[in-house]
Amino acid sequence: MPAARLEVAGLSAGYGPTQIVQNITFDVPAGGRLAILGRNGVGKTTLLATLMGLSTRHAGSVRIGDVELTRRRTSARALAGVGYVPQSRDVFASLTVEENLATGLKGRSRAALAEAYEMFPRLGERRRHLGGQLSGGEQQMLSMARTMLGQPSLLLLDEPLEGLAPVICDELMSMITRLAGSGDVTVVLVEQQIERALDFADRVLILERGREVWSGAPDALRADRALIERLLGVGIH
Amino acid sequence: MAGLSTLAKTSDRAFPFAAELMGVLSIAALGMLGFLLFPDDLAFLTRLIGITLLVLSLDLVTGYCGVATLGHAALFGVSAYAVGNACIGGIREPILLLGVGIIAGTIMGAISGALITRFRGLPQLVLSIAIGQLVAALANKLSSVTGGSDGLSGITPDPVLGLFRFDMYSRTAFTFSLIVLAVVFVLLLRFVRSPFGLLCRGIRDDDLRAQMIGATVYPRLVIMYAVSGAVAGVGGALNAMTAGVVGLDSVSFERSAEVLVMLVLGGAGNLWGALFGSVVFQIFEHIVSATNPFHWMTLVGLLLIAIVLFAPRGLSHGVAVLWPKIFKRGGRA
Repeated sequence: MPAARLEVAGLSAGYGPTQIVQNITFDVPAGGRLAILGRNGVGKTTLLATLMGLSTRHAGSVRIGDVELTRRRTSARALAGVGYVPQSRDVFASLTVEENLATGLKGRSRAALAEAYEMFPRLGERRRHLGGQLSGGEQQMLSMARTMLGQPSLLLLDEPLEGLAPVICDELMSMITRLAGSGDVTVVLVEQQIERALDFADRVLILERGREVWSGAPDALRADRALIERLLGVGIH
Repeated sequence: MAGLSTLAKTSDRAFPFAAELMGVLSIAALGMLGFLLFPDDLAFLTRLIGITLLVLSLDLVTGYCGVATLGHAALFGVSAYAVGNACIGGIREPILLLGVGIIAGTIMGAISGALITRFRGLPQLVLSIAIGQLVAALANKLSSVTGGSDGLSGITPDPVLGLFRFDMYSRTAFTFSLIVLAVVFVLLLRFVRSPFGLLCRGIRDDDLRAQMIGATVYPRLVIMYAVSGAVAGVGGALNAMTAGVVGLDSVSFERSAEVLVMLVLGGAGNLWGALFGSVVFQIFEHIVSATNPFHWMTLVGLLLIAIVLFAPRGLSHGVAVLWPKIFKRGGRA
């Protein structure tokens, strides 16, 4: 599937009656890279979960390309081209690496598994290991590789670097940058490592208490250290 | 047997065709062993094969999909009655009768699956019992179709392929059943390794994760239930053809509970475990009930307690863990 434009309009959502994200509107052009930033608990993960149909939508709409996703189930969104790599690293613990990858083929032949091993050679070395036996970094690679085997047009990444060693973070970010650089997929990244997120994105959206409080180019945010300190509670070098 | 099971479990993932070859060889070896150990009781071994197919069928939904059921005998029994009636009605060719069993099992599996897999946990379990009891009650009441408590008798299939007559020593019945078991087992090994089978295991692990990669959970579980029904249908068909009679026990709650025990004994979520558990349980039960007719149930109960205490994930897993240790110790010595 080619990269698709993501359009989110007036989206309010949460869990049950509790509203967590409120009236969010943004769009990402096909092949674009959006970083969603904010302090802990501001609704970044809920926003991605809502795009994937995993939370309760209260208002608003979501569309990728020409496809209206708003009322679609999670599996239908995945089939429509949304790839989601959640914070929890959704590998199947009782399946081997190869079996985990095979579940993401979506009708493609098993020969396509070579793409995953090319993307992350480490997975090739671990192909007979169970998903539950992998390290955090390897599980993240597996989760991402499996999602990419489905050839998504939109990739949602929820804190892919959380809890990983710096060397693994470098490896993963370099792969994510390469994927996004190919122009075959639109990427929305939620990340706590601000500098890495700013290096990656071509546009930034900042949330506070479930609302959009700032959006713009990464360089504009970099230039305003006071804003970063105020909205994200961190300093950058 | 233990060695074969362990080797097969390892090779199952590494060398797909090796696993299938191992399946055929293991079943052939078990058959030859059974032929040598119980030459005068091939009818028992033939019945064992039919029940083993039911255990494999149960493994597909319980072991591979995490569906809790205590009414699986309904799939087996309905197929057995369908085959019995077809045979009495004039369809006597054994291969055709297998087809009748598969169709009846698939339909029953799809209906049961459509109801049972809508729910989770205790409601699912209770619903499966209710369906099983409903089928058992119907089998008892519809005596014109099922023979009621007397059973459906007069099932006399033609010779297999027009050549091999079902003899009184059950040689044909046993050989035919063994070949059918080998074919079904190999097909199932392939099926559970397919992306469909793998996604079912993914659903068992975490259905939300499976949905996130595009798996539609409910239709997939219903399809798996229908496939499971087809396998149970083969078992039911063999049972009807080789025994010549179908009784109410084939749809009973006890049958459902017993096959669940066999599956847990061998190790759920592993076809080798289902095969292993079924064979070990039935042979143990057969020997113990013959040698001690008064206390055999106690001995079977003690075996199950021991297995649950010392190998809670089933004999196949216990063997897989112990085998390398024993092998290593032997190697050092």
